[in-house]
Amino acid sequence: MKRREIIQGLAGAGLLASMVGCATGRGAPTTAKVLVVGGGYGGATAAKYIRLLSGNSIDVVLVEPNRAFVSCPISNLVVGGVRQLADITTSYDGLRNRHGITVVHDTVTAVDAGRKSVRLAGGTEIRYDTLVLSPGVDLQFDAVEGLRQAHANGQILHAWKAGAETQALFQQLQAMPDGGVFAIAIPEAPYRCPPGPYERASMVAAYLKKNKPRSKVLVLDANQDVTSKGPLFKKAWADLYPGMLEYRGQHKLVAVDARNRTLRFDFQDAQKADVLNVIPPMRAGALAVQTGLANANSRWCHVDFLNFESTAAPGIHVLGDSIQVAPAMPKSGHMANNHAKVAAAAIVAGIKGLERNTSPMLTNTCYSFVSADAAIHVASVHEYVPAEKTFKAVAGSGGVSAARSEQEARYAMAWARNIWADTLA
Amino acid sequence: MSWFLFSSRPRTMAAWAAGLLCVAAQAQTAQELNTRALAATCANCHGTDGRPVTGSDSARLAGQSREFIVEQMLAFRSGNRPATVMHQLAKGYSDAQIQALAAYFAAQR
Repeated sequence: MKRREIIQGLAGAGLLASMVGCATGRGAPTTAKVLVVGGGYGGATAAKYIRLLSGNSIDVVLVEPNRAFVSCPISNLVVGGVRQLADITTSYDGLRNRHGITVVHDTVTAVDAGRKSVRLAGGTEIRYDTLVLSPGVDLQFDAVEGLRQAHANGQILHAWKAGAETQALFQQLQAMPDGGVFAIAIPEAPYRCPPGPYERASMVAAYLKKNKPRSKVLVLDANQDVTSKGPLFKKAWADLYPGMLEYRGQHKLVAVDARNRTLRFDFQDAQKADVLNVIPPMRAGALAVQTGLANANSRWCHVDFLNFESTAAPGIHVLGDSIQVAPAMPKSGHMANNHAKVAAAAIVAGIKGLERNTSPMLTNTCYSFVSADAAIHVASVHEYVPAEKTFKAVAGSGGVSAARSEQEARYAMAWARNIWADTLA
Repeated sequence: MSWFLFSSRPRTMAAWAAGLLCVAAQAQTAQELNTRALAATCANCHGTDGRPVTGSDSARLAGQSREFIVEQMLAFRSGNRPATVMHQLAKGYSDAQIQALAAYFAAQR
């Protein structure tokens, strides 16, 4: 094999440009065929699958501020002290080295849809042909009086974006005296990961049962009742944490008093606790909102479900938690990963001049741990319904666990390791 | 199209290239693209292209025979094969989709 033949082969495969991109990719490029903003479950999957489905022939640039991916799914096990932050962290090197994606660690500060360009905090302008935004959620601290300041001071944490704050919340749990109260405030739906708060309550209770058995978990939910897997969670709480975990619906938080460790609600009595874990109301990621894409109640982004293109701005695709969901579609990492695959296939079809898929499919499999070694799930399969221009759950499919089990806990970890690899490796 | 995928040159060349970048053939037709996108709905648990990470509890789909995959999916769907979740997911796919998935995963290595 002569070196010249190798180079020709790689150039023929469209790889040479990518290799050069890898070699010089430390600074941000100024152009991108496809520019993906946000390296979470949605954005990272879109970047990888555009490369896979195009046989590496379409150049992809991914902009993500964080140096590594930290998974929200499984992060409640870090809050409960049974996993480490390192266990839920994955490098972006797979996207760089295995898939030839140019990964830029910076923040997009503005999108100019007319000029088809974005501006990075570092100053660079990147011009794109196609833009994919997967900006996650924006936490609305100002919807709760006193919360922004209490969060900035580190007194009241949300830990609803996995990272250092996840670890910090575990430290608050560790520091709590035996006999203390750990309160979790849940916003009205829709919010990221419907069963997440109940899983967190379970994992905190599991920690307390083992380490501080006179303590209590208080779940204060703005919703009427548990929003996901309700009977399974309630059975687990009654069986595993009797007298320790108390659930109260219809508690809409309006103010926090960090000094007196008190939560105030619209109608119910105020509540004191030793640790206040407040999950704020949410809307589409700030970049989507400021770009004018949040055209559903000024909160979420309507998309064309055949390709996840914004209905407010042609040529901009929006994935993941930022979108106005279809019926029975949760805001989950699994869903974001599946949005990304539909969008990637449509983007590749568009660039290659192939007919676009008119019957895309999505799945969602969502596991929740109820203790260190038992889990439950909800699963669904969604098909595009052309007459209604939306995804709907396939009749007769999907469902929840028959009962919590250790087998499902093993499947939950298998799911996590495989989706991390599917998204990033 | 990348020549090394179809050339009869020694495998070491393909392996060398694979070490640089993940080697994936480009979808040539809309049908092929759609099938790959459909198969990608299995990847969250079963790994990209049906290759799960080492040591996980998920079944490998890549390289299983087409007949075996169809048979298992139909058994999940009918309830003949007990499951925690696959009976719920299998009911979401049509006969034609199951055939397409089986053919795709059978062709992976």
